[in-house]
Amino acid sequence: MSMTTDTPTNPEVDSGSPGHTPTGSRKGRRSGSVTGTARLASALVSPTLLVLAVVVMYPIIAALYQSLFVSGQRLDAQGFVVEGRQFVGLGTYADILFGPAAERFWNAFWNTTFFTVVTVALETVLGMAMALVMHQAFRGRGLVRASVLVPWAIPTAVSALLWRWIFAPDGVANAILDQQVLWSSQAFASKIAVITAEVWKTAPFVGLLVLAGLQVISREVHEAATVDGASAWRRFWHITLPLVKPALVVAVLFRMLDALRMFDLPFILIGQQKDSVETLSMLAFSEATNVHYGPAAAYATLLFAYVALIAFVFVKLLGADVIGEARSQVTKSRGARFRRGKGSAR
Amino acid sequence: MKTLRWRPVSVMMVAAFVVAGCGGGGGDSSTSSEISGRGPITFATGKDVTGAVTQAVETWNGSHPDQRVRLIELPADGDQQRQQMVQNAQTESGAFTVLDLDNVWNAEFAANRWVVELPKDEFDFSPFLESAMKTARYRDRLFSVPAYSDGGLLYYRKDLLNKVDAQPPTTRKQMREICAKVLKLPAAEGMSCYAGQHAKYEGLTVNFAEAVHGAGGQIVNDQGQPTVDSQEALRGLETMVEGFRSGIIPRAAIAYKEQPNKRAFIGGELVFSRNWPFMWSQANADDGSSKVAGKFAVAPLPGITGKGVSSLGGHNLAISSFAENKATALDFIKFYTSKKQQRQRLVKGSLAPTRSALYDDPELQRKYPYLDTLKKSIQSAEPRPRVVNYGDVTLAIQDEVYAAISGDKKPDKALNALQRRLEKLIEQK
Repeated sequence: MSMTTDTPTNPEVDSGSPGHTPTGSRKGRRSGSVTGTARLASALVSPTLLVLAVVVMYPIIAALYQSLFVSGQRLDAQGFVVEGRQFVGLGTYADILFGPAAERFWNAFWNTTFFTVVTVALETVLGMAMALVMHQAFRGRGLVRASVLVPWAIPTAVSALLWRWIFAPDGVANAILDQQVLWSSQAFASKIAVITAEVWKTAPFVGLLVLAGLQVISREVHEAATVDGASAWRRFWHITLPLVKPALVVAVLFRMLDALRMFDLPFILIGQQKDSVETLSMLAFSEATNVHYGPAAAYATLLFAYVALIAFVFVKLLGADVIGEARSQVTKSRGARFRRGKGSAR
Repeated sequence: MKTLRWRPVSVMMVAAFVVAGCGGGGGDSSTSSEISGRGPITFATGKDVTGAVTQAVETWNGSHPDQRVRLIELPADGDQQRQQMVQNAQTESGAFTVLDLDNVWNAEFAANRWVVELPKDEFDFSPFLESAMKTARYRDRLFSVPAYSDGGLLYYRKDLLNKVDAQPPTTRKQMREICAKVLKLPAAEGMSCYAGQHAKYEGLTVNFAEAVHGAGGQIVNDQGQPTVDSQEALRGLETMVEGFRSGIIPRAAIAYKEQPNKRAFIGGELVFSRNWPFMWSQANADDGSSKVAGKFAVAPLPGITGKGVSSLGGHNLAISSFAENKATALDFIKFYTSKKQQRQRLVKGSLAPTRSALYDDPELQRKYPYLDTLKKSIQSAEPRPRVVNYGDVTLAIQDEVYAAISGDKKPDKALNALQRRLEKLIEQK
């Protein structure tokens, strides 16, 4: 949370200055104009920050605050629930991390992590392959592009229902495999079912973003490499992949953030309270439906912290270009981007 | 590269939407428990599939133009109905006046003061089924009125039992013996003996409670203390586990809810099936959708050591604490649970009544040949545990019982763990 405290002033300096400050300005001149620019900039963006504070910061803080309380835990002499809530501090978190709820929490934590790693890895490979196919010029390309997107266009709840029928005891999957796998009850089988449905649904998303990345790669680079005698594999590995990396990294980041929140697919496909597929979001939901708002808020806050941590690490390590920084760099020097793109992670 | 600063922030904002959905709750309540005021009200109930509820509301509105009832149809799924009603209570909204509660929610809604206490002396409950009335009270005070009832039935293949000259079983042991003979028949090729509802959901709690009660045990005793570490409860759970291990219950049945169970029975895969009365008309459909039309009958559920005990299904009507025009609401409940209205809903919607006289009506018995058996089932039925945090209790039961029937835990270990969890859940209260 502390990271957000210095947001109101700094970003404006950074994003505002390239336009106003002439390139190659000296340090003394810069600091003189910055205070005025910064003040104007913060005045201009303050409505946005206000909206963000209401729709983003308030729910986070409210959830955090709520997680410090429990309610409805005691009955009075007539059997009525004692109203109001008690402050328990970090007691709920202690219960979740080390106490009676720990087993369920860590199980959900590892499920969430497992699903994220496996599905995002599969989606990246498949999405990449889809993008490469869609990028080729061939007859019926438009049809292929459109049809690849169909799974992505279907709402998750609906596709989960479709897959539930496929994975029913007397469903299509068992008929094809000619075996009686109980997809909704066997631990490993249900994980496979969720992964299959998730990859089916979201690989096209990765494919689409990568395709967009592929299309900005200039044809000349490939032609030059071909003239130099590079094989197809070498061209892919040393030209396509580095150049498409910015788009790919953003796609993977978005998929990871999405997969960490995974809820509706296992919920509908396999069901509630199934240890093998229970994710952190499902835990929070399950507590909230049983009117335990304190623990529900605690689970949501822990998930939030986990998502934020993963995203932060990911951005640091791979330098995902989330806010279109590269675009502003490109306007400065187009060539520099290509050089950097070819090299390792900045 | 100063812009790096922005990144964690923007990332956190993306992540923030994860928690944005959570919040609410708390707040003071200004409950008015007085039943007064007349005027338009609403009736929140599950999806009215048959149109029987709509018909009742229209009848009321015809005779009460200035106290109209507006029907609010909630989703068909019970958990979602409860969620919407709880949310309505948490926000102290007056949107729902009369609530159609699953009878296991009575204690929770009463203890949280989400529904008002009803005046006992304004009703004559003597014609009502006593087992259904148990679900209407909380600590000897009346909070709801039973409007529908439901009990489990043992569906059996009359044609096959006749071939081996067997009567419908009254114990699980007899059922196994009959199966041993029936499954040797050429006509029973590829069939399985029995299935109930064993998927991990509310139906598993229902089936487990029936096994425990059928072995003479209790999940929660009359003083409200959990007693699942008893020999009787163990006997009940072992019967379920043994059913799967010996193959009496087919392996696929561990994923059965009501509908897959029905599909298996009407597809001719089962000799015996535990299901609700709704299956009767679909199993008896002569349009070719059922392979067992005219070949089956129903009996009360078999017991394990004693007589069979069904879990009691059904819905009760209650009045939200936060709504206006509670006097109208009380009148509407009286009207809705009257003999005439219950009869109409049975005829139009096959909804089982809570007044015992209707089960003996010869005209209705001709239309619904299972009525007599259903009455026996409901009369001897036991409600599921009547505890304030039923949601937590049923989840704990499902966890441990499912672990036992899927072979992950020994039955005695599962019951010990369940006992400890229930003690903790009920002690908190």
